[in-house]
Amino acid sequence: MSLSRRAILALTLSLSLAPAALAAPKDSLTIGMQQEPSSLDPTADATASIATIMNGNVYETLLTIDRDGGIAPGVAKSWTVSDDGLTYTFKLEPGHRFSDGTQVDANMVKFSFDRSIQANSTNPRRSDVKFIDSVEAPDLETVVFHLKEPDGFLLFTLTQAPFIIVAPGSADTNATQPVGSGPYKLKQWVRGDRLVLALDDSNPQAQKAKLREVTYKFVPDPAAAAAGLLAGDLDAYPGFPSPESLVQFENDPRFDVSVGTTEGEVVLVLNNGKKPFDDLRVRRAINHLIDRQAVVEGAMFGYGTPIGSFFPPTHPAYVDLTGRYPHDVAAAKALLAEAGYPDGFEVKLEVPPFPYARRSGEIIAQQLADGGIKVDYKVVEWPYWIGEIYKNGQYDMTIVAFTSANDIGNFARGPSYFYHYDNPDFDALYTKIRQEGDLQKQYDLLREAQKMIAEEAVHGFLFQLPQLGIWPKDLAGYWTSSPGNANAPLKDLYWKQ
Amino acid sequence: MADYLIRRLAILAATLLFTAVMIFLVLEVLPGDPASIILGLDADQAALEALRLKLGLDGPAPLRFLGWFGDFVAGDLGTSYAFQIPVWQLVQERAAVTVPLALLASLLALALSLPAGLFAAINRNRVGDFSVMALSQVGLAVPNFWFAILSILLFAVWLGWLPSGGFPGWNEGILVSLQALILPALALATGQAAILARMTRSSLLEVAEEDFMRTARAKGLTRRQALWRHGLRNALIPVVTLAGLQFGTLITGTIVVEQVFSLPGMGRLIFQAIANRDLPLVKSLVMLFAVAVILINFLVDLLYVWIDPRLRTGHG
Repeated sequence: MSLSRRAILALTLSLSLAPAALAAPKDSLTIGMQQEPSSLDPTADATASIATIMNGNVYETLLTIDRDGGIAPGVAKSWTVSDDGLTYTFKLEPGHRFSDGTQVDANMVKFSFDRSIQANSTNPRRSDVKFIDSVEAPDLETVVFHLKEPDGFLLFTLTQAPFIIVAPGSADTNATQPVGSGPYKLKQWVRGDRLVLALDDSNPQAQKAKLREVTYKFVPDPAAAAAGLLAGDLDAYPGFPSPESLVQFENDPRFDVSVGTTEGEVVLVLNNGKKPFDDLRVRRAINHLIDRQAVVEGAMFGYGTPIGSFFPPTHPAYVDLTGRYPHDVAAAKALLAEAGYPDGFEVKLEVPPFPYARRSGEIIAQQLADGGIKVDYKVVEWPYWIGEIYKNGQYDMTIVAFTSANDIGNFARGPSYFYHYDNPDFDALYTKIRQEGDLQKQYDLLREAQKMIAEEAVHGFLFQLPQLGIWPKDLAGYWTSSPGNANAPLKDLYWKQ
Repeated sequence: MADYLIRRLAILAATLLFTAVMIFLVLEVLPGDPASIILGLDADQAALEALRLKLGLDGPAPLRFLGWFGDFVAGDLGTSYAFQIPVWQLVQERAAVTVPLALLASLLALALSLPAGLFAAINRNRVGDFSVMALSQVGLAVPNFWFAILSILLFAVWLGWLPSGGFPGWNEGILVSLQALILPALALATGQAAILARMTRSSLLEVAEEDFMRTARAKGLTRRQALWRHGLRNALIPVVTLAGLQFGTLITGTIVVEQVFSLPGMGRLIFQAIANRDLPLVKSLVMLFAVAVILINFLVDLLYVWIDPRLRTGHG
């Protein structure tokens, strides 16, 4: 048959043309990711990759976070807060529309929030909107939130992916067929392999965007991810999982390696409700035994900033408390002896399977041994961690990164939370923080809170989890850090030239 | 023969029921709450309880078992918690990768191991034999994930001949899809091929000592002719058994290999499903894998009878 010869010719031609096609101005991007979303609805599933891929690209929120972590307009172009902090009035920016053609108006916003606060809501961050009493839509461009009590974190909450604006006709099917008002829409989703977003030309938000198509490829294995970048199958990998292999990209002229911070505080969590950690002297001894810089060097290959309390160093209200408990084995031993443990004690350390936790755990076990503390170290599966350690609170020590923004309120969750930490003074302070509408005053209170937690040595605070990104040299517009867990919207990314 | 078949079928049914009970019990006692995994660390109690109700995680265990097993037998695999689509749809999507991968790996393993084993047996105690045995020792010792990463570095990064991972999908073209499966199939096949080559060799050598082989040689056949005409068929019985048993290993191998090559197959799906505590998905997938292994072993049993007529009497 002549078909085969023609087919071979066509194949050869298309193969030889492929490099030429690549040389044309590029308007597509292939991004590698470790975690694959299993569904695409952030109002029903807390999986971080759903928010990373979808928020700001396919879905929009009332407000957004800018590169510096400040609150910026989103679907709402402006807002005012009443003097008593109980009424928030938002003016919507006209021209936002869903990918199915529905206009975004005040009724959609009201619908979205009524849905998250209703009695049978399964929103993963439902507790963040618990102070909203009701939402009103006096006209199509105005939305009014009435609060039960002041909430200084409300504006930030409204930037987060669980509070995207959805439409009544599509909200229940967003998990598999997402409909949002962002500039991109879902083009193709091959579960387990890739998800492709394409620019929605009919969307007014799409006008300034440069990338026409963005493919997320799910490459869970770090070695395979590195190979994919080197082979050119992936353009970028914004959350690169293995710091030890960054060197080869730093020396490669095709790539830029960006080192930023996440919202994740990596913490040696101590069970404050259990002996010996119910004793402040023991907790302080633990903090003296930890050599934070050595943990960062050993576990993270030097990437990561040591922390002395539960707060991200990039936040304007950050106080550096890493000097509060200097690495001092003698001081630790004295404290342990004072608490009745001159020869140390035995304790379990169970960590989740993430590389940062496993590696930190091995080093911490060694460091605690210097003070005579014998650590029984074990790596556990993540669902076991969530079930037994987090929910049932059955553990001695664990290591985990707390990746939510504004999560210092964890220490006010009372003794039933898995810290088993109970301090009415902190609870009262946190209520003040939450209700404070004035930003500068709130920052002062936040500084006080960081100091209180460090003074109480509630946990062993280790380091801020770095954000390690590998990007192509000629791509611009991406962010180095992810303030408030936000990333640069895809519409701001472009190829230079 | 009918007697033999009925006996085998009864064993098959009993094994399946036992497997189903075990899978259900293991998942019952496994710590980890699906609702907490879906809603994350900041979820409040009310939202968790609302979700648990929605997922049907309440109710007594025996009733839930009967419900699940009844549905499974009737062909209804349920809906995945995490993906929120029918398990059946996920299985179809993923089987389109894993079944061709497993077949390709099995074919590769057989194509490599049978000639190698035969070659080694014919050249017993000579250089050819030693090289095959040394190679198969390496094939056994090298873990498939390591071999996988090395092959990615060689063929994708340095030579640029094959993709580094991922799967375009059959509708994007058969050629590009097969290309994506070559390295994973090779990674899966090496260990298998090594075991099968050793088995083929030793089985052939054992058969070579049998009386009927001496008779064949006495009739004037060369050692090579005797092995080829009379030895091979008899030597294949243990090889076929092993190939059947290896199918289970092949399936567990896909879990690792699909992860390294980022293939959207059933192995990676089950890995994710367990990590998500996506119970309907885990139960149905493990059950399907079990059915596959049990069926393959059943077919292997039938294959024996075909290779060795003595077994047909049922007293073999």
